[in-house]
Amino acid sequence: MKKIEAIIQPFKLDEVKEALKGIGVDGMTISEVRGHGRQKGHKEVYRGQEYNVDLLPKVKLEMVVPSERSDEVIQTLAAAARTGKIGDGKIFVYEVAEAIRIRNNDRGESAL
Amino acid sequence: MKFKTLTALLLLAPSAALLAQAPPDLQARVTAVEAAAKAAQSAGDNAWMLVSAALVLMMTGPGLALFYGGLVRRKNVLGTMMHSFILMAVVTVLWGVVGYSLAFGGSGPVIGNFQFAFLDGVGTAPNTDYAATIPQATFMVYQLMFAIITPALISGAFAERMKFSAMLLFTVLWTLVVYFPMAHMVWGKGGLLNAFSGGKFPCFDFAGGTVVHITSGVSALVCALYLGKRIGYPQAPSKPHNLVISFIGACLLWVGWFGFNAGSALSASGLATSAFVATHFGAAAATLGWLAAEWMHSGKPSVLGGISGCVAGLVAITPASGFVKPFPAMVIGLAAGVLCYLMVTRIKPKFGYDDALDAFGVHGAGGTLGAILTGVFATSAINDGLKDAAGKAQPLGLVDGNAGQVLNQVLGAGLSWVLAAAGTLVILKIVDATVGLRVSREDEIQGLDTSMHNEEGYIFES
Repeated sequence: MKKIEAIIQPFKLDEVKEALKGIGVDGMTISEVRGHGRQKGHKEVYRGQEYNVDLLPKVKLEMVVPSERSDEVIQTLAAAARTGKIGDGKIFVYEVAEAIRIRNNDRGESAL
Repeated sequence: MKFKTLTALLLLAPSAALLAQAPPDLQARVTAVEAAAKAAQSAGDNAWMLVSAALVLMMTGPGLALFYGGLVRRKNVLGTMMHSFILMAVVTVLWGVVGYSLAFGGSGPVIGNFQFAFLDGVGTAPNTDYAATIPQATFMVYQLMFAIITPALISGAFAERMKFSAMLLFTVLWTLVVYFPMAHMVWGKGGLLNAFSGGKFPCFDFAGGTVVHITSGVSALVCALYLGKRIGYPQAPSKPHNLVISFIGACLLWVGWFGFNAGSALSASGLATSAFVATHFGAAAATLGWLAAEWMHSGKPSVLGGISGCVAGLVAITPASGFVKPFPAMVIGLAAGVLCYLMVTRIKPKFGYDDALDAFGVHGAGGTLGAILTGVFATSAINDGLKDAAGKAQPLGLVDGNAGQVLNQVLGAGLSWVLAAAGTLVILKIVDATVGLRVSREDEIQGLDTSMHNEEGYIFES
């Protein structure tokens, strides 16, 4: 099993969700986060006082999928989230040691 | 022939003579009609003045409380709103006990007396020295609303770092030492600056350019200098936490200001309409003035710029509103929008004082500009309240050919500056020596909401 963690532009969330649903991935956890990579922030001005805002709003998606599906999921996700501009985000992939469904103690891939 | 003579007699006879010959019941009916006409005027004037009083209270809460509350950081939103709201209670009590009397009792040059202390004798009968067609209690409660908002305006300068107890003591003393004398000098019978009551330095201030805005703005500057900067200012970010509530507050101020300025006619008259119109045009031009300056200077027009500009224009038009025509009102507004923009974005950073919410930059600068320009644009075509011995309306400002009025306005503004600065400095020293002015470093970092009031403005999990 692999955990796929993607940090994407907030306005791309709906497209990414639809694309993942299209290949049969339903489960995911989403959080609103702030951060930046190479993308520089922007300038805000309040009554002449300038502030550089370098932490920008992003959306983080987390999902765990069977190992053999991970490449397909990554490609679909990246294609849907891409604008080609700086700031599109990143995808990180981790090995997952175990998964447990709390309701009935299912383990492994059957718990996904 | 007989008929013709009778007609001629009727035409020639003066009406008074006719009345004198009229049967007694006609006499009684004329008296009754006169009384009814007077009652009708009083009803109309009183209705407008009660609405105006409510509008001016709305400027403080929620208007100013929202405007200032949105401009501070999230951790100080309640503390800042409380600075406005608590004065709706504190100044009201003070006004009833002694304030109204010190501002409008007697006929001394500097301050009133104690004749109306505890509102003794302030009831439904008019006070003909001020407003002959409305109950004195209406006049009293209307003027009270001005005394509430004035110290609330100062709180923009000491926002985010003053102890609540210190703020209470400061504003009580300030209202007693600065506001009541100033209101009496400008508006009170026999006041030193009251142009309509034989003042030695006749100054035109229709709705409070000197009394409200110069006093609060200059006192704000003294507070900012005396208290010092907020921790981290100006390096650490202190962005407005919620411009949406500031926007709502500014719009409420704009609407409430019609009560402030048009209500200052003290009647539902043509003069009230003039002041209403001038107020609106001044605010509109100032909004555009600030935004244009900002757009040219920093590249983008901002919502905060727009609402700051409208307040600057409302401030500057306040003293002029009952004296000027609509186009001069726009000139005053435009000038105020640009001047106040430069004050807060250029002058303040140059000197480095931390007038947190720009109470001086907007009220001090805009109020002074408005007071002086009132001397330029005031005209008897709008306000014929100043008559010479023959009952003819006197020329008012420079546009009427009375250039000397500009100097009178400068004197009036200067006196407000001196009284506000000196009074505030002495009061700050007293408060500092007794309860202490600033919150501790820990409390300031934690924020006033939890450190002063044990609560938070926004709790999303409950």
